Amino acid sequence: MKILVAVKRVIDYNVQVRVKEDGTGVVTDNVKMSTNPPDDNAIEEAVKIKESGKAKEVVAVTIGEDKAQETVRKALAVGADKGIHVKVDGIIEPLAVSKILQKIVEKEKPDLVFMGKQAIDDDCNQTGQMLAALLNWPQATFASKIEVKDKSLEVTREVDEGLETIETNIPSIVTCDLRLNEPRYASLPNIMKAKKKPLEQINASDLGVDTKPRIEQIKVEEPPKRKAGIKVASVEELVQKLKNEAKVI
Amino acid sequence: MSALLIAEHNNKEIKPFTLNAITAASQIDQDLHVLVIGHSCEAVVKSISEIPNVKKVIHVDDAVYENYLPENFTPVVMKNSENYSHIICSANTFGKNLMPRIAALLDTSQVSDIIKVISADTFLRPIYAGNAFATVKSTDAKKCITIRPTSFDPAPTTGGTAEIIKAEKAEASDLTKFIKREEVKSDRPELGTARVVISGGRGMGSGDNFKLITAIADKLNAAIGASRAAVDAGYITNDHQVGQTGKVVVPDLYIAVGISGAIQHLAGMKESKIIVAINKDGEAPIFSVADYGLEADLFEALPQFLEELNKLNTIQK
Repeated sequence: MKILVAVKRVIDYNVQVRVKEDGTGVVTDNVKMSTNPPDDNAIEEAVKIKESGKAKEVVAVTIGEDKAQETVRKALAVGADKGIHVKVDGIIEPLAVSKILQKIVEKEKPDLVFMGKQAIDDDCNQTGQMLAALLNWPQATFASKIEVKDKSLEVTREVDEGLETIETNIPSIVTCDLRLNEPRYASLPNIMKAKKKPLEQINASDLGVDTKPRIEQIKVEEPPKRKAGIKVASVEELVQKLKNEAKVI
Repeated sequence: MSALLIAEHNNKEIKPFTLNAITAASQIDQDLHVLVIGHSCEAVVKSISEIPNVKKVIHVDDAVYENYLPENFTPVVMKNSENYSHIICSANTFGKNLMPRIAALLDTSQVSDIIKVISADTFLRPIYAGNAFATVKSTDAKKCITIRPTSFDPAPTTGGTAEIIKAEKAEASDLTKFIKREEVKSDRPELGTARVVISGGRGMGSGDNFKLITAIADKLNAAIGASRAAVDAGYITNDHQVGQTGKVVVPDLYIAVGISGAIQHLAGMKESKIIVAINKDGEAPIFSVADYGLEADLFEALPQFLEELNKLNTIQK
């Protein structure tokens, strides 16, 4: 079995994001970037399945500018066998990403495609479901547990009501929740070894996919700021304020 | 053209977030039709037809739709999508799972999680965990939109008499099988719609200690929330998680206990009307969004809080 894992390079989750003064986006210059956190869970799960003997190969793919390669190198350092970088500059929407991934799936012929359930930059939560639609594959979104069976997966999904379990035929798309596993760290020797693993480069334009954005970003602004609050000295004062000042209890 | 909203329900009753999505959808297009896909869900269809904002209800009923699977729902939406300019759904786990599958087949770039309707093609949506708001304009002829339910009031549920029409089922898919759903039953208000939410974080130290929170929740008729750290540590189940990848809540009162206030948690609660933070670390970022901050050991503060509440003559429910 072969598993393709899609990873995205985003502003690191610990960075306090700042809006550009001209309203065209957020500041990315000199800002720490890393792999989208649930994409790390997707890679980890694929590598674990390989280690259990149920998969033979893990391929990591990313789509973006040159520096996006860092996310693939990181995936290779934690156990992926091969990397693919699809080069494209500028904003690329989930619809175009899923069309590119469709081409990669047609080329690589994986049995499973994993990715994070949501990217923490645009918070779209679309790509996995869109890819599943384009391929007419089943989708197991927001997965917190994956069991690989003979011809199917049993997946536990985190939903608003609690947990849901579904069985999807293989081939299948899975989008991963942060609770799926604990991603490992790359050791220095493995980081060195990863530099020798194959990383294929493809230009998005060669895949015949139209990546032109369909959504015009008119402006990006700071959200309204909350008025500064106060510190109360005691529980008694807190309850009095909530009762008599805020009038919420 | 008209807008088509896909209702979320459990075959017995409509899920509350569908009402918020209906409000937003009728701001986009007043000729709002609602698609109800399910099995033996006549009661749901009837209650939706009584919502004044709804002009027509399309009812597709078959045993195959008893449990919601996007692989089965998508072909039904595709079959009924032709005459609509907008396909709309709530941005909870139901709509997040379903809408992109529809959008891809319609070749539409979906606009996720909108918090404001500016015009029929322009919307406001949070990005970067709500640290920025983007105004976006969709250029696709047919638009797929998901609505952040807590940003819109629920639609009124009585007084309407929408026409109900039955539509044919679509081709069933065997790609996916539903196995089970483990719902956490509770008499408390739902987290997403509760007037008061009290949440615990890693500072709670154990699942057992959440009883301190439960006691106050009982008193205030509050829903119980949690930070991701508390869920990851196994103190409480995932359906309680508030934050960027959990639930977004906008209660009148949000009480954060033992929660440091990572940006991912703030993303899920910082629009609350009044925020209270109880934390022993005076430097915790949660205090930067709190209207009332109490720097204290939660194990002393929570029992005192309950005691003070008990002294009050009346408590709003």
